[in-house]
Amino acid sequence: MTIHDLTQVPVDNLDETPVLTLGELCRTCTVHAEWVIELVDEGVIVPDGRRREQWRFYGASLHRVRVVQRLQHDLGVNLAGAALALELMDEVARLRRRVGE
Amino acid sequence: MEFKDYYAVLGVERDATQEEIKRAYRRLARKYHPDVSQEADADARFKELGEAYEVLKDPEKRLAYDQVGQGQRAGEDFRPPPDWDAGFEFRGGGYTQQGHSRGGYSAGGHSQEDSAAFSDFFESLFGQRRAAGFGPAASNGEPGSAGYRDRGAGLRGEDHHAKVSIALEDAYRGATRTLTLQSGEIDDQGRLRPRQRTLKVRIPKGVKQGQRIRLGGQGEAGMGGGPAGDLYLEIEFESHRRYQVEGRDVTLILPVAPWEAALGATIAVPLPEGSVELKVPSDSREGRRLRLKGRGIPGQPPGDCYVTLKIVLPPATNEDVKAAYRQLEAVANFDPRAAAEEKP
Repeated sequence: MTIHDLTQVPVDNLDETPVLTLGELCRTCTVHAEWVIELVDEGVIVPDGRRREQWRFYGASLHRVRVVQRLQHDLGVNLAGAALALELMDEVARLRRRVGE
Repeated sequence: MEFKDYYAVLGVERDATQEEIKRAYRRLARKYHPDVSQEADADARFKELGEAYEVLKDPEKRLAYDQVGQGQRAGEDFRPPPDWDAGFEFRGGGYTQQGHSRGGYSAGGHSQEDSAAFSDFFESLFGQRRAAGFGPAASNGEPGSAGYRDRGAGLRGEDHHAKVSIALEDAYRGATRTLTLQSGEIDDQGRLRPRQRTLKVRIPKGVKQGQRIRLGGQGEAGMGGGPAGDLYLEIEFESHRRYQVEGRDVTLILPVAPWEAALGATIAVPLPEGSVELKVPSDSREGRRLRLKGRGIPGQPPGDCYVTLKIVLPPATNEDVKAAYRQLEAVANFDPRAAAEEKP
């Protein structure tokens, strides 16, 4: 079995600074830009930068987009519902960390 | 092949109405959705639910399933009788949502290691045509993959997403990890074949739980001269018996003897990067938090390490210890409830 050694490949840290463009986020989640813009309007993900061409997203946004995608598809929740679910999931995760689970 | 009791999976009676089936599915889907659920077997349960609902929500498939499943019990060996599906509309055209839609766990899965294929049992009853037409498409877990493969030439390769588990110690020092990705590849005959790729990647020092990193150009190869996709990795910390992690801050619980807490002490604290001398001030109470600045996960700025004191009593197993406790009782004039009552 061949092992591809990627240890010399430069690593982009996606959460230290926001680096993902709108285009990159759409491409990697295979979604339309319009839908990502809806997510931004709903406050589910918050980009840096004012104009759309200047938007840069953190890696955490990638996770949120994918979770909303799955919740919508699998459970039939709408965007506001998915946004609420995400917030509650964050809260649960925070509380679980606090009680040391 | 094992017979699957789809009614039991959804927790409904065999004579349940379509509405009851839908309600049961919706309720259980929310409970076991892998993004939401804390159940250990959520992934498997959710897939099973999707498969059961796929059959029972469709009156015709349900009828066929009922006929073929008469007298069968879950887990029993099962072979569909020849021509069992004669007279049904879906005959030979086994359509499942899987592979036709995308984006969710129930359609095409979410990651390379997680194939969302339905069970052999399901495929043997309802999946024939799909199995022939789509080939091993389901083994490539990326949502939307089937639709994105056969677009013309000169296309950028797909991005890959994967999770990597590391120990907390690795976040302090950096690490290399070897991971295996499953993906699909179109062969000369235009068929989709599963392909495995084993990669050795470097995890930089200072990463946080849940953080994402990207390796440019290390995803799926492009087609017809198109550029390769990128590889996205999500870092997951293995849970650690001793430490809790929040961002770059690390907390550990340090057991101390009553006299160490009362009189003060210098104690060697085991940190992921090696042990450090911690000065416990005298008169420390149970639960006191002490901070070791900059001793959390490295970064700009580095996290801190918090040490929570836990006072452990020596057991009164012999006469000398008992005598010492009695002596303390006599001289301390101490009522633990007096302090406790002040708290709400």
